[in-house]
Amino acid sequence: MQVELQHISKRFGNVHANDDVSLRVEAGTIHGLLGENGAGKSTLVKILSGFLSRDAGTVLLNGQAVEILTPADAMRLGIGMLHQDPLDFPPLTVLDNFMVGRAGRWLINRRQVVRQFRQLADQFGFDLDIHAPLGDLTVGERQQVEILRLLSLGVNTLILDEPTTGISAAQKQALFAAARQLASQGKSVIFVSHKLGDVNELCDRVTVMRQGRVVGNLEIPASDAQLIDLIFGRQLAPPIKPETTREALALRLERVILRSDRLHIPIDRLSVRQGEVIGLAGLEGSGQQLLLQLCAGLLRTPYGTVQINGDEMTQRPYADYLRAGVAYLPADRLREGLIAGLSIQEHIALRYPPKGLLVDWPETLKRAQAAIALFNIRGKPTTKVERLSGGNQQRTQLALLPVPQNLLLLEHPTRGLDIESTLWVWQQLMARCEGGTAILFMSSDLDEIMQYSDRVLVFSGGNVSEPIEATKLTVERLGQMIGGRFEEASV
Amino acid sequence: MITRTLYYQTAALGIATILISSIIMLSGASPITVLDSMLSGAFSTPDQIARVFSTLSPLLLCACGLMFTFTAGLYNLGIEGQIVFGAIATMVPIRLLENSLPPALVILLAIAFGTAGGMLWGLFAGILNVYGRINEIFAGLGLNFVADGLALYLIFGPWKRPGVASMSGTEQFGEVLWLPTFGNTEASPVALAIALLALGATLLVLRGTYYGLQLRAVGYNLRAAYVLGVPSVRQLLSAFAICGGLAGVAGALQVLAVFHRLIPSISSHLGYLALLVAMLAGTNLWLLLPIAFFFSALNIGSLQLPLSLNLESSLAGVMQGMLVLAVLLGRGLSETNWLDKISVLRRNV
Repeated sequence: MQVELQHISKRFGNVHANDDVSLRVEAGTIHGLLGENGAGKSTLVKILSGFLSRDAGTVLLNGQAVEILTPADAMRLGIGMLHQDPLDFPPLTVLDNFMVGRAGRWLINRRQVVRQFRQLADQFGFDLDIHAPLGDLTVGERQQVEILRLLSLGVNTLILDEPTTGISAAQKQALFAAARQLASQGKSVIFVSHKLGDVNELCDRVTVMRQGRVVGNLEIPASDAQLIDLIFGRQLAPPIKPETTREALALRLERVILRSDRLHIPIDRLSVRQGEVIGLAGLEGSGQQLLLQLCAGLLRTPYGTVQINGDEMTQRPYADYLRAGVAYLPADRLREGLIAGLSIQEHIALRYPPKGLLVDWPETLKRAQAAIALFNIRGKPTTKVERLSGGNQQRTQLALLPVPQNLLLLEHPTRGLDIESTLWVWQQLMARCEGGTAILFMSSDLDEIMQYSDRVLVFSGGNVSEPIEATKLTVERLGQMIGGRFEEASV
Repeated sequence: MITRTLYYQTAALGIATILISSIIMLSGASPITVLDSMLSGAFSTPDQIARVFSTLSPLLLCACGLMFTFTAGLYNLGIEGQIVFGAIATMVPIRLLENSLPPALVILLAIAFGTAGGMLWGLFAGILNVYGRINEIFAGLGLNFVADGLALYLIFGPWKRPGVASMSGTEQFGEVLWLPTFGNTEASPVALAIALLALGATLLVLRGTYYGLQLRAVGYNLRAAYVLGVPSVRQLLSAFAICGGLAGVAGALQVLAVFHRLIPSISSHLGYLALLVAMLAGTNLWLLLPIAFFFSALNIGSLQLPLSLNLESSLAGVMQGMLVLAVLLGRGLSETNWLDKISVLRRNV
């Protein structure tokens, strides 16, 4: 189906999220939509899929003007969207999720639905357990279920919003293969991303957006330099990890065990020097988060010892870890990191307990203004955090990290951030390393792990590797290890 | 946004008025005469005005307490039991020390015991909630029954009146232990002063202090507050304790200023009424006093209805409930984006 958007405009308050945007996606093609955070990509596809209403402009499907006011309208017209954060029902089974949103009858013929599911899954080579609760699946597998669901509902324009964050390399390849197959069947695919590599690998054409406007429309392949030029209007270079020179240990684990309902991972010994960066690689939910939370004092180890900067911390309460300069940055910003409902300055006030009982608001305001300037947050001291964009929420989280920091524990420090914000975040982090802060971070972006880590721990299938020097690794080898082939890789 | 909310709230009040009027008309009376009768029932004699104020004091105390638990994200339905247990605890020093200590000291001790009793009952609900993982609504309701049962046991058992145990409660204690009143009425300046003091303290603590900010953080997002270093368990338990403590003071006032003994329904269901007051006020603490006063007047004014118009006095409860429902509905609807919905409806027709 040919999709055409003409002169779309959308404002949020004073922000022009889409300013006279026009875009044409031919049937049977994969069309990339590229731009930094806040460029207006998500707004545009949400208008197309009925999640947002446009202020002005026209939507044409195969040359016919249509009205799309709700997601149900969009589905009826054959437009389906795979959201950045999966909009599904984790406690329900895969099959139940697959059946959600079917129009019509009272009774459901489960056997027929199962047959349809299997047929579709086989067609794309997805290996999914139909009776497993969706919550047990990885993000990549949940995407697969959602794609099958959309296709079973007759979607012929599929929108993928940042689909490659948080999924494994193999899942990404399966996703790309599925997208190509759909295009070859004459369906159109809109691929929203800020990753140049993904766009170059998958798309036929790409439209680049910047500050709510379309700034370029290119045939793929296009050079990275050309695309970056369009996205930012200039060139960017990643910061370099400074060499670790200190010998003193920031963290020392001995014979600890990472435990959850499904995992039991012993770690015999791990020592991290001050200023060192350790990358934690692996599929989502392989135990990286458990290690970070253990070091943060949020989880206890049944055996073994934890030492931070030479101090014995085993079994000590979380408050002691905070006092020892341990900082934890959760990936789920609005669930674990920030408090929706409170403003930036109220968060700052929480971080600095007053001497007396009362909060010193003038002083807090000054602190908040300083933090906003220092961390380049686009918001006011009184802005509630849920009204900030994802990138600015991340900057706020960084601004709230306690000082001094001896050990920084980061979950996906740059997930969902555009290239510019990512580089900015890492510049800040590298500066802290030079000051002696040790960093442990998990990421599903293998390039990020290779770029900034001194050593890498690979989590796979209930095991964890010995720390490996990043210089002795390649992305391919790392990918193999995540797939469970430790021996080959450690040669 | 403020004007939009105001617009919805005004509409909600209008709809509540219409609904209440229709109910009154259905029961065969005229809304105007009912209003008139209730106004005169609440404000025509000094005695009636005094009763409005003697209801206001415990109601305001409970509503203040509930602001702490609401801020912490908790629905403390156990407030009734906290009043009752506070009242029971109040009776302990009175019964033991009535004749051996100066009356002023006994009164002080009685209020202190009432506060501690309510606090204990609140903490109990908190411990069940925090450590036992029982929803605070169920923990609170369960403890209400326990407190009520305990009061009945004492009234019919160990503390029964010499000779006959009856539903009218324990033996009235000596007049020297009654809180001083305005003239010969039921209203006590001491009770009113305590309630207003509690209101002022609530405003200060929730608006200005670091503790209040931490409590809000916990209420909005328990997990994130913990990760950010707020001692969440302590915050939750303290909210239960403070609310229970204020409810305990209310229980003490019911004993010392109103009934002068322990009776089976010593709380007069002021805890539930306070829940309505707190819900109506929402996050706006300044509304507590006018709403509590209005509800007290409704309660007292409605007592006149059976006499003057042959209507049930429970009409006051119907009005209060209706009002709260309408306002909550208005608050909910004001957050909905109607333009989108209407355009959908129009097209589907």
